[in-house]
Amino acid sequence: MIRTIRALLLILIVLFTGQVAFAEEEATQTNTTTHSEEFNAGKFVIEHVSDAFEWHILTIGETHISVPLPVILYSSAKGWNIFMSSKFHHGHETYNGFRIEQEGENEGKIVEVNEQGEVIDLPVDLSITKTVVGIIVSVVILLFIFLNIARSAKKNAGKAPSGMQNLFEPIILFVRDDVARPAIGEKRYEKFMPYLLTLFFFILVNNLLGLVPIFPFGANVTGNIAVTMVLALFTFFITTFNTNHHYWKEIYNPEVPWWLKFPIPLMPIVELTGVITKPVVLMVRLFANMLAGHLIVTVFVSLIFIFAKLMGGPAGYGVSVVSILFSVFMVLLDVLVSFIQAYVFTLLSALYFGMAKPEHHH
Amino acid sequence: MGFVTPDYGTIFWMLIIFGIVLFILKKFAWGPILKALKDREHSIADALNSAEKARKEVAGLKAANDQILTEARREKDVILKEARDIKDKIIADAKAQANAEAQKSIEYAKQQIEAEKAAAINDIKKQVAELSVIIAEKVIKKQVENPQDQEALIQDMLKDMKLN
Repeated sequence: MIRTIRALLLILIVLFTGQVAFAEEEATQTNTTTHSEEFNAGKFVIEHVSDAFEWHILTIGETHISVPLPVILYSSAKGWNIFMSSKFHHGHETYNGFRIEQEGENEGKIVEVNEQGEVIDLPVDLSITKTVVGIIVSVVILLFIFLNIARSAKKNAGKAPSGMQNLFEPIILFVRDDVARPAIGEKRYEKFMPYLLTLFFFILVNNLLGLVPIFPFGANVTGNIAVTMVLALFTFFITTFNTNHHYWKEIYNPEVPWWLKFPIPLMPIVELTGVITKPVVLMVRLFANMLAGHLIVTVFVSLIFIFAKLMGGPAGYGVSVVSILFSVFMVLLDVLVSFIQAYVFTLLSALYFGMAKPEHHH
Repeated sequence: MGFVTPDYGTIFWMLIIFGIVLFILKKFAWGPILKALKDREHSIADALNSAEKARKEVAGLKAANDQILTEARREKDVILKEARDIKDKIIADAKAQANAEAQKSIEYAKQQIEAEKAAAINDIKKQVAELSVIIAEKVIKKQVENPQDQEALIQDMLKDMKLN
C-alpha cells in the first residue's frame, strides 16, 4: 500500500521536477548576465541524493562550504593518482589532467583530459566518495555499538542486560526468533545469524542516518544502487554456496510434465530467471524506497524556493509551512520505512537461505 | 552519476568495508552476544525446570505427609478401639469377679446363718428341755404330795412312753 503511494508520488515528483528544471534552464539562459547562481530545483534534488566527490554542507552566497574527500584514480598513462577533491574547486578546475565532467554522457564522472581539454580516457575511479564516507561513518557507529554490547554481554554473563544491551537485545531476538528461525529452520539458522544481524543493522543504521541532515550523517547510502547491489550479492552468494542437490534439481530438472523441459527447457529457464531475479529485486526494492524517501523530502523543501521565485517571497513563506509539515510527515514515514525495509531485506535473505536447502518432501 | 547504474568504485569500497564489518562483528560481537542470549535462555529454562521439580517434590512430600497422617489416624483409631475393648473386658471381668465374690460371701453368710440357726435351735431345745424338767419337777413335786395323783400321773406317763 505504502509502496504504491510512494511510487505514484515518485512519478509525479519526477515529472514535476523535470519540468521545473527545464523551465529553470531557459530562465538561466536568458539571465546569463547576472552571474549569481539561480536556484535549480532539479539540480538541487539530484545533487542531494547522488554521490559526490566532496561532501557539500552548505552554501552561503557565493561560498561553498564542503568537506573535501580523497580522490583515488588509476589511469594507464599516469598510474595511481591520489589527491583531495578540493583540488577540483567544486568541479570548476582541472587538476593534473583530470576533471569532473559537467555534462554529456560522462556527467559527474572524472575524466582524463589532454592539454587542449579534450577527453582522452576514463581513469579507474576508486575515490572515497560521499557514499563511501557515509558507509564508513555508519560502520564506525555499528562497530562502536555492537562491540560495546558484546563487551557488556561478556561482563554481564548470566545477569540481566543493561544499558545499550537492553535496547538492542529485543531487536536481535526479533531477528533471531521472528526472522531467522521460522524462515531457515531450527537446525541451520545459527549459521546465518551473524550475516543476517549485520545486514539488518547495517541497513537500519544507514537508513536512519540518511534521515539526519547534519554532517557526517545524511549521505544517501542505502539509496545508492551500488550499496544495495553489494548487499544483494552477499545474499546471492551465501544462498548459492549453501545449497543442496534438491535446490539444483528444482532448477534444472523440476518435477513438471516432460514437455515443459524438452525440447525447449522452459521451466529451467523460468527457474534460473528466478534465481537471478531474487537478488535483483532485493537490490531495487531497498534502493528505490530509500531514494524515493530522500527525493520527496528534498522536493518538499525545494517547493519553498520554487514558489518564492515564481510568485515572490511571501508565497515562499506561505508554502514553507505546508512544505515543512509535509517534510516532517515524510521523514516520520521514512523512519517507519527504514525499519520496514531493513526487516524486509533481512527476512527475504533468510527466506532465500531457507529455500536453498529444502527438505525433500513429497 | 546516474542513479541506476551502480558505480564500481562504490561497489569496490562497499565490498571491502561490508566484508570487514561482517568479519569483525561475526567474530567479536555476534558470537558473544548470541552466546550470552543463549546462555541466559538456558539458565532461565533451567531455573524454571528446577522450580517445577521442587514444586513436584513439595507436592510429593505433602502427599507422603498426608499418607502418614491418615495412617497415624487409622492407627490411633485402632488403638482406641483396642483400648475400649480392653476396658470393656476389664469391666466385665471385674463385674464377674465381684459377682462371684458376692455370691461366695452370700453363700458363706447363708452357711453361717444356718449354723447359727442350728445352734440357736439346739440351745432352745436344750433350754426347753431344762425348763421342761424344772416345770416337770415342780409339777411332780406338787402332784406327788397326793398319792393318787402320783399314781395317775405315773400311769399317764407310762401310757405316753408306750406310745413313744
